[in-house]
Amino acid sequence: MNIHEYQAKAVLKEYGAPVAEGVAIFSADEAEAAAKQLPGPLWVVKSQIHAGGRGKGKFKELAADAKGGVRLAFSLEEVTSHAKEMLGNALVTKQTGDSGKVVNRLYIEDGADIERELYLSILVDRTVGRPAFVVSTEGGMDIEAVAEETPEKIHNLPIDPDTGVTEANAKQLCDWLKLDGQAREDGMTLFPILHKAFVEKDMALLEVNPLIVMKDGRLRVLDAKVSFDGNALFRHDDIMALRDETEEDAKEIEASKYDLAYVALDGDIGCMVNGAGLAMATMDIIKLYGSEPANFLDVGGGASKEKVTAAFKIITSDPNVKGILVNIFGGIMRCDVIAEGVVAAVKEVGLQVPLVVRLEGTNVELGKKIINESGLNVIAADDLDDAAQKIVKAVKGGA
Amino acid sequence: MSILVNKDTKIIVQGLTGKTGSFHTEQALQYYGTQMVAGVHPKKGGESWTSNLDADAKLPIYASVGEAKEATGADASVIYVPPAGAGAAIIEAIDAEIPFISCITEGIPVADMVKVKRRLEKSNSRLLGPNCPGILTPEECKIGIMPGSIFKKGSVGVVSRSGTLTYEAVFQTSNAGLGQTTAVGIGGDPVKGTEFIDVLEMFLADDETQSIIMIGEIGGSAEEEAAQFIKDEAKKGRNKPMAGFIAGRTAPPGRTMGHAGAVISGGKGGAEDKIAAMEDAGIKVSPSPAKLGETLLEVLKG
Repeated sequence: MNIHEYQAKAVLKEYGAPVAEGVAIFSADEAEAAAKQLPGPLWVVKSQIHAGGRGKGKFKELAADAKGGVRLAFSLEEVTSHAKEMLGNALVTKQTGDSGKVVNRLYIEDGADIERELYLSILVDRTVGRPAFVVSTEGGMDIEAVAEETPEKIHNLPIDPDTGVTEANAKQLCDWLKLDGQAREDGMTLFPILHKAFVEKDMALLEVNPLIVMKDGRLRVLDAKVSFDGNALFRHDDIMALRDETEEDAKEIEASKYDLAYVALDGDIGCMVNGAGLAMATMDIIKLYGSEPANFLDVGGGASKEKVTAAFKIITSDPNVKGILVNIFGGIMRCDVIAEGVVAAVKEVGLQVPLVVRLEGTNVELGKKIINESGLNVIAADDLDDAAQKIVKAVKGGA
Repeated sequence: MSILVNKDTKIIVQGLTGKTGSFHTEQALQYYGTQMVAGVHPKKGGESWTSNLDADAKLPIYASVGEAKEATGADASVIYVPPAGAGAAIIEAIDAEIPFISCITEGIPVADMVKVKRRLEKSNSRLLGPNCPGILTPEECKIGIMPGSIFKKGSVGVVSRSGTLTYEAVFQTSNAGLGQTTAVGIGGDPVKGTEFIDVLEMFLADDETQSIIMIGEIGGSAEEEAAQFIKDEAKKGRNKPMAGFIAGRTAPPGRTMGHAGAVISGGKGGAEDKIAAMEDAGIKVSPSPAKLGETLLEVLKG
């Protein structure tokens, strides 16, 4: 689960990380009052959307030479005029896709005098199974580009979960980031704090880009991007409260209510599959035979009839869907349960597009029997290859 | 031979009394007499469990893994405990010095697995999973949730990050007449106990395993590391025919595809890099998940 920058900063501030003073607003009317709470004379007006590249992003509705999603303001009037231009408009960044994301919130922040921009993130390094710091002196830019062009400037430090960030670890990070004087002292305090926040709040990613050294020699978290491990949210009600559903796909929200793993895609063949690997492979084989999947959908291991029905409804609610492929290899999942769910769903929501069903595994004969005796217009398939070819043919033939 | 489990493996069940644990224990007991020997439940020690499929199939329940191991001589454990408590259940099994632990549970917080991984490093236990279908040696032993009916005793070693794709590989190699020595699902989580390399090493060392199917997916770099391992071993003259598949060629970057570990992040973990690394190591990668058996047959024919 992702949260906004201002929320991430509030979480980090609780742990004692140095962040600028700031106020989040939802309408331009609040802009002046918000700015007045800050010392000035420089303010930063920042779009709050769940996507990176905001500074270089462009508003769809504004002229091409208009300023981007993060703007400096040198007066209270300027804060307000920026807010009026930005709120309610769609910001297109390299991470949003062409349609962009509508900016519904702004964060008005106290400006900072920047001496140097650094990069810092923490994420779990799979190869060692531990949280690891990734740091670079090349902050404020796209870290993927840094990794591509100058990989020697990126340093990785896994942290032993038994000890947390040791003094030696913190010194190492300071050295890599070339911190000295006050900034080094700040770093020695900040790195353990960030690690503690990462572990205690079950973060999946904590990215500070940039972490800045200010002209007065102090460190500050200038931008913060935080996402959380969805599997750990059950123990963090405070984090759950930060969820912004307007940032998510409506179908994905509906799917999450039923504990279905669903990802909306751009194609026209809806898929309902059990198992994440098979669900991905089903998308791949649809593509292999010349069509595009409309979604990823894993109904999971313990799916009930209700869950299957909900999954079917979500797939059919996507207007791009011109055909549906149900592909089940039952291990935990019993084929008869899937079959009953499909039949119930079709009876409830109707079937406007071709449906191909492929069942294999536990209780397969019973499942096939339920489908065959339902009287529904379902195309049965023998195996995955057959199923993929049949649905692609049915969709292309009908077009 | 087989790897990791056989007809002599004695297994205790953590989470036996839940719906999932109960169902799959019933299935395991019916699979060539897999030796499920006891259940563990902190509050139900002293009670017993009865299969719904066979009123004579009863298992004693102990209050802890340690007690169950002491009483039964079990050398393996399978875990069906719900996600919030599953990390602690694995640690309990490690502390009881169970040699082989399989965790089926999906949805364990990564932070819990980081703790588990640290404990494993200091122990002699092997963990399979979590978020995996378990392991099955045909006609001998079934641990976890794989459907036994599709297996056939034979010569192919199967290792996979995905449960249902393991079934595809098994089903197709059975239909091709090859059968399997052992099928191992290593699981779809980013932090796990057993990696591809561990299993590949065992398959290379196992005389009966004459060929190997390896199924990976997007996210992380375990497939690349495995490919490097296969290359290095081949230089030492250890080499078996291999076919493979990578799921997620069509997955968009930055999105987690069901499995917590299946995500292309920071430009890394994409399918094409993995396929290239595997092909470079001499593994024939099938473009279609429906042609795993066929692809392996082609490799075997040379």
